[in-house]
Amino acid sequence: MENQENKTEVIVVGGGPAGISCAITLARAGKQVILIERGKFSGSKNVFGGAIYAQPTREIFPDFEENAPLERKNIEHKYALLGEEDATVISYKKRHENPVSYTVIRGKFDRWMADEAKKAGVILVEETVVRELIVQDGFVKGVRTELEEYYSDIVVLADGVNSLLAKQIGLRGDLSPEDVALSVKEVIKLPQEVINERFHVNDDEGCIYEIFGGPMLGMLGLGFLYTNKNSVSIGLGVTLSELIEKSIRPYDLLDKLKSHPEIAPLIKDGELMEYSAHLIPEGGYKKVPLLFGAGVMVCGDAAMFVNNMHWEGTNLAMISGKLAGETAVIALGKQDFSETALSHYQEELENSFIIKDLRTYQDLMGGIQERVEEFLGYYPKKINSFFEMFTSVDSVPKREKYHKFIKSIFTDRKISDLFKDFWTAVKLLWSILIK
Amino acid sequence: MSDLEDKLYTVKYTPDTKSHLQPVQECCRVCKSKICTTICPAGVYEWDENMQKLIVNYENCLECGACRIACESASLGWEYPKGTKGVTFKQG
Repeated sequence: MENQENKTEVIVVGGGPAGISCAITLARAGKQVILIERGKFSGSKNVFGGAIYAQPTREIFPDFEENAPLERKNIEHKYALLGEEDATVISYKKRHENPVSYTVIRGKFDRWMADEAKKAGVILVEETVVRELIVQDGFVKGVRTELEEYYSDIVVLADGVNSLLAKQIGLRGDLSPEDVALSVKEVIKLPQEVINERFHVNDDEGCIYEIFGGPMLGMLGLGFLYTNKNSVSIGLGVTLSELIEKSIRPYDLLDKLKSHPEIAPLIKDGELMEYSAHLIPEGGYKKVPLLFGAGVMVCGDAAMFVNNMHWEGTNLAMISGKLAGETAVIALGKQDFSETALSHYQEELENSFIIKDLRTYQDLMGGIQERVEEFLGYYPKKINSFFEMFTSVDSVPKREKYHKFIKSIFTDRKISDLFKDFWTAVKLLWSILIK
Repeated sequence: MSDLEDKLYTVKYTPDTKSHLQPVQECCRVCKSKICTTICPAGVYEWDENMQKLIVNYENCLECGACRIACESASLGWEYPKGTKGVTFKQG
């Protein structure tokens, strides 16, 4: 039953980047807010590749670069296209005056964010799982945990990719295996100087690898590698439907990736510190759930807010949390928690990069899924074989080699397939740039 | 398998005494793919041919949720462990 003791203005479920950003926005506006985290501490149930983005983080925590536990500022992005044994790597490197991203360890960084939220007045309740939402007269009125009921004017769901709560109240249906990628990761301990040498960086500088192909050739999956201060995070994410269809154990793929000749020397003699796994929302714009209802809003991974083309997630989480928080502040001012009042959140999202970017890439996954063998199998191999040809020195005349390579493009596969690839690529470009 | 054991050895767990994963064994018996035994990143599920039963090593669960979504008959009872239990990632 609702009474004075167990009633607050806003309850936020989930103490990750989305939930914390929402809660701190409310607390700074002088509102009462309870943030419920199911782990022992914020970040203890979270896994990501490795980097947070500076500009969006500054929007929530203006001084985080001085105070937060950061690992390295990223100065280099490498795109590694792995063949079975060879690799083509493109790299972009710049020592930005204002870094674009930093690697962090979630168990440290999320905990720091949660501490900042507490300082701002957020009541943080850890080790508590919300089992159910309390709905009365069509309004979400609070939450039921294992132990008790808490009531509030608004509940914000930032409970992550599995969001059973959004499902409970019908804001979204069940996820299907095409909508998520299963990611496994290992954090491997290496001395700071070894990391600096292997990745050609200074003490506080880092390098990001985005890895295509290798053990994932022909699969809708990507690998990643991030450098931390004294460790390297290496992992991969493969669409769950692909793992199911091909009946693959995710950690077998990771072991193969770790032993690829391009990757193995980078982590050689490292000691495994921690293995982890997590789901990544991959459904994109088409799978974004209903984002609000009477007395409720959804943000972060729970809302499918991941831009998988650019590996962005925490930034969408933080900004969506902030927008939900701002909407809640307005609603509390008017004491109007109706669907109409909270639809302001949707409008704000539509005006932001979040929905705009998701819309830009809405056809991407479908398009690639249609021709995954080609785009993530055949062509990466072909690019590697081009460079193998181009760099070979074997007394065969160059023109002969070129002709042979060009001929292979037309004989490897049917001409009609080439047209289909081309057409899909044009359609995708069109959908990204114009549609 | 031993490789996976080495990996899981690095993970900090506070196991509950009761499983938060509840398969419906009648569904498992007729399930052809038993895909949970393959895709689970922690090898939580094992099919015992003699007992005709799905063994659930829930203590090793990484709480990713893949099994729930992958379950062919969508029959797997899945909830988060209690707040004080389950996995604690230190390096996520």
